[in-house]
Amino acid sequence: MARITLDLAHSYKPNPQRDSDYALTPLKMVFDDGGAYALLGPSGCGKTTMLNIISGLVQPSHGTVHFGGDDVTRQTPQARNIAQVFQFPVIYDTMTVAENLAFPLKNRGVATDRIKARVGQIAEMLEMSGQLNTRAAGLSADAKQKISLGRGLVREDVSAVLFDEPLTVIDPHLKWQLRRKLKQIHHELKLTLIYVTHDQVEALTFADQVVVMTRGKAVQVGSADALFERPAHRFVGHFIGSPGMNFLPAALLPGAPAGATTLGVRPEYVTLAADGAPGALPATVVQAQDVGTYWLITATLATPAAPGDTHTVRLRLNPEARAPRVGDAVRLGLLGAHTCFYAEDETLINIGVAA
Amino acid sequence: MKPVNQKAWWLVLPVFLCVAFSAVLPLMTVVNYSVQDIISPDRRVFVGTEWFAAVMRDSELHEALLRQITFSLAVLAVEIPLGIGLALSMPATGWKSSAVLVVVALSLLIPWNVVGTIWQIYGRADIGLLGAALQQLGIDYSYTGNARDAWLTVLVMDVWHWTPLVALLGYAGLRSIPDAYYQAARIDGASKFAVFRYIQLPKMRGVLMIAVLLRFMDSFMIYTEPFVLTGGGPGNATTFLSQFLTQKAVGQFDLGPAAAFSLIYFLIILLMCFILYTWMQRVGTADNAEAGHG
Repeated sequence: MARITLDLAHSYKPNPQRDSDYALTPLKMVFDDGGAYALLGPSGCGKTTMLNIISGLVQPSHGTVHFGGDDVTRQTPQARNIAQVFQFPVIYDTMTVAENLAFPLKNRGVATDRIKARVGQIAEMLEMSGQLNTRAAGLSADAKQKISLGRGLVREDVSAVLFDEPLTVIDPHLKWQLRRKLKQIHHELKLTLIYVTHDQVEALTFADQVVVMTRGKAVQVGSADALFERPAHRFVGHFIGSPGMNFLPAALLPGAPAGATTLGVRPEYVTLAADGAPGALPATVVQAQDVGTYWLITATLATPAAPGDTHTVRLRLNPEARAPRVGDAVRLGLLGAHTCFYAEDETLINIGVAA
Repeated sequence: MKPVNQKAWWLVLPVFLCVAFSAVLPLMTVVNYSVQDIISPDRRVFVGTEWFAAVMRDSELHEALLRQITFSLAVLAVEIPLGIGLALSMPATGWKSSAVLVVVALSLLIPWNVVGTIWQIYGRADIGLLGAALQQLGIDYSYTGNARDAWLTVLVMDVWHWTPLVALLGYAGLRSIPDAYYQAARIDGASKFAVFRYIQLPKMRGVLMIAVLLRFMDSFMIYTEPFVLTGGGPGNATTFLSQFLTQKAVGQFDLGPAAAFSLIYFLIILLMCFILYTWMQRVGTADNAEAGHG
């Protein structure tokens, strides 16, 4: 177990020229020992590449990977002693559950009685003790995925456990159970866990620290709270939340800090303002949906600066509120302590304006 | 209640006629011959099961059957492991894989009697590359004079001709294994042999069963290549079942015994097909049951 430090870039092409040639643009990243991390981003953002670089299945084209003080950049996955769980459960069809779990230890020449004890412990932890002697091939997908995980955990000195979208093929009602199991294991074993997913709920509930990635860049590392309240990059605001952040030209409203071109405000923080309230913009409701736990209102802003240039704003109202109807003229309060301002390069420069 | 519509039988009729003309009627002709002694085109005697009894007691037939079974088992024993080995060593991607696929598949494209001719010339002691080379090395090799040499030559010829089929099937099986399996095996610290034993071989099981079935049935009916190469000789050394049957029917014109033996041969093949098919089905449904859970 050790702190994992990345300082690298990776390209699958032999002679990368532009940023778009890189699967991962130059980045520095530290994963603390014993932390639970999630790599979150859309397909093709480089999150699986980063995971495979940590595990050693892929060698970075530039830079280094350190485990603690050791440079492991050129080491094999086996030498790095990491465990990895893949999107589709990998099990050895011809073996029983117990033999599957024992396989990594057997390959490393561990003594038979030691293997037996360890397999027993892990099976106990995964609640699979009763199935140890059944053939693994006949089990359900979630049990198979538990075996994949167990093969990682069975080694006591494992540096980190990596997950590559492990719940993709699991039935929704079992996803919760398996995720809870992961949290429990993290709690008990204090292992470093790194979890790749494109599902924000999965990432935010699983991890202490979420790394949000897009187009080969890690745009923000932070807790669920930080990602929600202070998205450091417009992409984070857009990607996290349901629906994502509203973005408007900063020029529409007074009070923007210097250099800000865009303001972002979460649908949760948009308010319906009274007529004549300062800083509120007139808008027309185009859609009002009752989503059960809240009302989702979509409205278009009439911009005096350029007529015809409309901006859509979404807001969430709690279910007790008297929701406006389609066609209603409303005034939207967009400025407040939670309003974020973004520069030309989409990064955050300031938060909050006295309304 | 559903209305009964017998007109649907008309839809089945064309198929029924086709099958009747292509399979049932010819087979019935053979059945007809097998229970009669045809003395001349207009003189025949009904003999019942006499030909069947005679054929079953024929020691030449017993020898041919034993020779056939030995040959088919030898074919499997050599071609299956060799094919797996070939499949494992074939490159997986890039132009090399395409090139190797074409080269490997080449022998499968050659007509069977041409294969026989190629090996007949190749093995000749005076002008054949193989035969002459062996003579130069001081080995007295002759597929026309020495029974063991002839038998081995037929076996090697079959291996040369058909191992690529096993290799191609195995190759297809290997390519269907997701990368994650190999990656997981690397992380689990599996040796190359363990990867073969626990990942590649189990995943190839389905295609290998097809390969075993095809090669067994095909070698059990081998005719053309040994006919061209050795003509069944020397003596009876390479007279396999088909060859034996042809000698009886065409060579000696013993239509009755030949017909009786044809039917027995047909039943043997049918029985083997049935055994292999049920075996494959059983393994197949076991696989499906597993997949159904996943």
